[in-house]
Amino acid sequence: MPALGADMTEGTVLEWLVKAGDTVRKGDIVAVVDTDKAAIEVECFTSGTVSAVLVPVGSRVPVGTPLAVLAAGPGMTEVGPTQDERGPAPETVPHVEPGPPAEVRLATPPTRKFAAESGVDLTTVHGSGRDGRVTHADVARAIAARTSLPAGRVRISPYARKLATELGVAVSSLSPTQARRAIHARDVRAAAQRRAERAPVRHSQDAEAMRRAIGALMARAKREIPHYYLSTTIDLHTAVEWLREHNLHVPIPERLLPAALLLKATALAARRAPQLNGHWVDDSFRPADSVHLGTAVALRGGGLLTPVILDAADRSASELMAELRAAVTRARTGALRSTDLTAGTITVTNLGDNGVESVHGVIYPPQVALVGFGAITSRPWAVDGLLGVRPLVTATLSADHRASDGATGARFLSRIAALLQQPEEL
Amino acid sequence: MTPPLTRAEAKSALHAALAGFASEAELEQLSPSENLREALELDSMDFLTFVERLSEQLGRRIEEDDYDHLATLDSAADFLGEAHR
Repeated sequence: MPALGADMTEGTVLEWLVKAGDTVRKGDIVAVVDTDKAAIEVECFTSGTVSAVLVPVGSRVPVGTPLAVLAAGPGMTEVGPTQDERGPAPETVPHVEPGPPAEVRLATPPTRKFAAESGVDLTTVHGSGRDGRVTHADVARAIAARTSLPAGRVRISPYARKLATELGVAVSSLSPTQARRAIHARDVRAAAQRRAERAPVRHSQDAEAMRRAIGALMARAKREIPHYYLSTTIDLHTAVEWLREHNLHVPIPERLLPAALLLKATALAARRAPQLNGHWVDDSFRPADSVHLGTAVALRGGGLLTPVILDAADRSASELMAELRAAVTRARTGALRSTDLTAGTITVTNLGDNGVESVHGVIYPPQVALVGFGAITSRPWAVDGLLGVRPLVTATLSADHRASDGATGARFLSRIAALLQQPEEL
Repeated sequence: MTPPLTRAEAKSALHAALAGFASEAELEQLSPSENLREALELDSMDFLTFVERLSEQLGRRIEEDDYDHLATLDSAADFLGEAHR
């Protein structure tokens, strides 16, 4: 069970997208896990063949618990978080080890352990090995048999069924993904997505659980992180004029919002400010080698998610705009990826749409900085000794004093301001 | 030159473009003079989607300078009802 965010201690497997015998590649989505905040698609960290699924759908297990076993070449690997990502080792394993009767003691200790962890009763498994020995493969087959239904019926995972109900998708209208022979959440989402092209559906998460998760994380941030705050007012005259001109000449779907420029400027400035871009882990700062920009997205009906735009500094403003739209859609349809919760190296919150002038945000642990933008409003501003009316935005920085000092933060904000004076370069 | 829309055509185009941001019942209850962005809590991304759909439906490009005309259902219907270039 990967730690999908600093606040996560346990997770529930909602759905498996692979089964024993399947070949998986690094980056494949193998399972959907519920973290209280959202249902997250878990990507596989390595390639190999699934030997067995250890944690059945519906089980809630601590972070660090192996979810499945992967055969990667000659050796065996556990699917789950890499050592770095693991939380503290769970003190108790939520499985009761069945006392195996004498005749199945022929199974090797690893096989017995595997069976126990998978909740398979070895006395019910036919042994195909030497002297009727129960092998690893026998246990894997038993697990597979346990989850399969009679042929001829279309299978649907319980999570997919629940999601279909929530999204108002008729199960009878779905066809399983061919290779998987069962309907999974992604099939339901694909159906909802096809419909959403005419009518976007807002999928609401469990509001109370989300409130608790946000509360726990923000309380931790305020308890552990010595925040310092800086703010500056940026003249967006040039940027707004450039956007207006750009948007007049492109098809409507390619229009840019000011947010795209703000994100790009922030990402470029963060790349030049390594002390603000990374994670605070185990009493020390680990700078990140790329800028993965978290973007705070408010959900209808309350709640907040921060999907991540990977390698934001390397993307054009147009690409960032597309990424931002995709990120907002992921957050609002409840289809976040595990990278959305773990990869962010710095976060941007933009409350401009709500009309506020500035936001002094709370840092998202284990990150060390959060950038806030308020509304872009026309206000009096002195330009070359004359008073004019200009579109202004207040940019703020909340930063972790353990990782950086005010001078670093000040240079960072000044750089954002300077970059926004040359929008054509962004 | 596209023929101007009738009031009813404009209303149905607006409702279609707002589908998903509010239910049909909510749209019916919305006061025609209420600010759409505020009433439906549309952020700038949502508003862009709304404009995109409206343009596509009507086969008419809506510039950013015209966004102010789309503030309420009433003003939007007026705007869409006008003959345009």
